Amino acid sequence: MNKVISIHPAKDFKARSKAVLDNEGQRKNFRGAMDFLQAKRRSQFSDDDELQGLRNLGQAIRQYSLANLPRLLTQLEANLTANGVQVHWAENADDANAIALQIAQRVNAKHIIKGKSMVSEEIGFNHAMEAAGIEALESDMGEYIVQLAGEGPSHIIMPAIHKTKQEIAQLFADEVPGVAYTEDVDALIQIGRRVMRRKFAEADIGLSGVNFAVAETGTLCLVENEGNGRMSTTVPKVHIAITGIEKVVEKLEHVPPLLSLLTRSATGQPVTTYVNMISGPRKPGEKDGPQEVHLILLDNGRTQAYADDQLRPTLQCIRCGACMNHCPVYARIGGHAYGTTYPGPIGAIVSPHMLGLEATYPLAFASTLCGACNEVCPVKIPITDILVRLRSEAQAKPDTEAATLRGSGAARSAAVATVWGMWSQVYSKSGLYKLASWFMSRGRALSPSEQGAWTRSRTPLVPAPKRLRDLMKDRKP
Amino acid sequence: MSARDNILARLNHASVTPRTTLPDVAGWYGTRQRGEDLPQRTARLSAALLAMRAEVHDVTHANWADVLLNLATAKGLRQVLVGTDTPHGAELQACQADNIAVLAYTQPIDTWRDLLFDGIDASLTLARGAVAEPGSLVLWPSPSEPRLMSLVPSVHFVLLDADTIHADIHSVMTAEGWHTSMPTNVVLVCGPSKTADIQQTLAYGAHGPRELVVLLRQPVGSPS
Repeated sequence: MNKVISIHPAKDFKARSKAVLDNEGQRKNFRGAMDFLQAKRRSQFSDDDELQGLRNLGQAIRQYSLANLPRLLTQLEANLTANGVQVHWAENADDANAIALQIAQRVNAKHIIKGKSMVSEEIGFNHAMEAAGIEALESDMGEYIVQLAGEGPSHIIMPAIHKTKQEIAQLFADEVPGVAYTEDVDALIQIGRRVMRRKFAEADIGLSGVNFAVAETGTLCLVENEGNGRMSTTVPKVHIAITGIEKVVEKLEHVPPLLSLLTRSATGQPVTTYVNMISGPRKPGEKDGPQEVHLILLDNGRTQAYADDQLRPTLQCIRCGACMNHCPVYARIGGHAYGTTYPGPIGAIVSPHMLGLEATYPLAFASTLCGACNEVCPVKIPITDILVRLRSEAQAKPDTEAATLRGSGAARSAAVATVWGMWSQVYSKSGLYKLASWFMSRGRALSPSEQGAWTRSRTPLVPAPKRLRDLMKDRKP
Repeated sequence: MSARDNILARLNHASVTPRTTLPDVAGWYGTRQRGEDLPQRTARLSAALLAMRAEVHDVTHANWADVLLNLATAKGLRQVLVGTDTPHGAELQACQADNIAVLAYTQPIDTWRDLLFDGIDASLTLARGAVAEPGSLVLWPSPSEPRLMSLVPSVHFVLLDADTIHADIHSVMTAEGWHTSMPTNVVLVCGPSKTADIQQTLAYGAHGPRELVVLLRQPVGSPS
């Protein structure tokens, strides 16, 4: 029922984008949602000096964390272990699912209740559990809605942002037993609350993501508004947290600035309703909380980004979603068109490491390079520089020094490479240039009328009848 | 080679120069200090909580239990859950209230989960403190006041002593040395649970409490 969204977005990215662009209703939804989120964020950052200072600090903290990543990960592991948390390492999605499944089977779990976790989407967690006969139910309202609809999230913070309340009303009436059609948002939320309360009480395992993992204390921080994250991590007897290896910070005091940047950039809130800091399972004498807490540390391509000085800042990301909220491309095509778990500018720069460039390179081209994402990024990731780099990587000649990523050269075409090869010859040798331009100016009639993407909305390019050097020669003294 | 070894080997192989100079977090917060006194911090916190649709009531050591019971009556609550071995829990239990049962969280959750989910309207816990900015309560669950008390009942009463309000999260963390003493769970709370997941429309009472009622208790001897 929970189908895995395409993992080969390169194939039909353009077709999906076009379908959304042709849908006026959906475009209106996205535009409205983006305007709303932009205004909310703006209202939080009225003092630009404060914003820039805080961004510099956020960037410094994330860069410090990444520069010391191997040390911080082992420190985190040691302190979590001392706190009674079991730490697992996963190289890829399959590893991570296998670890979770092994835990689930050991405790004979039938039901898993999930707090919101993008990493669980990244690894196709629900699908893997269902294949093993274990129910994995989303408890975040937005995630619950898209799961009911058999879809994936279209935004990393607001998963159901592509749906209108009418669509959700119809979905609930169709899919939730005993529910009549209502467009009243409070009533719809109360339906979700009622369904989920039983599920929280019955679930064997709670699964969550992690916003920040603190190495010095062995603490997992989770931010949320609904209370489902706290429910998932407190009520079931087992809590499994899953996170990318990049989410670690060294000091507890590194959390407040990042927290402030995260919630204000994401939804324009000074702070979320709950900031949940978990440092271990239930201790002797405590009356609630899970008896087991596990942390799965996932690589899934992150070490590839880490190895490259220009691409490493990709891992500074704190997953606020501000880059997508301000992206002129995302605002028009929405999250599903990208086909990846992470859409928008951050999706375009992080997905190639997870899925390979061959599956994701069109996303790097789906940008005007306007730089709005760079400007709003709370940790100052140079997103457009990375996009340009990925474009070159996609065109790089395979098995050369220029091809450093999985799938480098995937967009390379012999014809295009030949044309640019000739261009570089002509433009670097003056005799050749002279000769070539003479033929071009005389052979204007031979210019093709179809010139690929250029002529889709423009008139064909035709060389001038006279070269600059001819014009100069003709000039009256 | 295990996954752990492989991942660490790849990270180490990247030969990124480690940084030894820590980011100056304290310096940043130092420049941002408002220098507010306790009444100013209290006012800032109250305004923030109200904006998040929490209720805030000024109470004293003498009257807080009566205020709570009156509010509970007005809200039609039938049960209030308190912790064990806490002075405020004992004080509330000692009060006589018509139609309101004051119950204590004496047993591990595993034996009475359904009752907590379906049969308890409200709870009372004591906040460890609060932060004026961004306006959150600091909850520090313990064996006496377990985690689920502030999460499952529909209405959560929080007793907050006004002299425990700090300027911001960084101040309270460093002043109290949290990094040396993190308990199983710490939660910052700024209001009732909420969501805007349906067409960006804010709705309260998602999965956690529908109402957060803060009883702001003035220190003994302060002018009322």
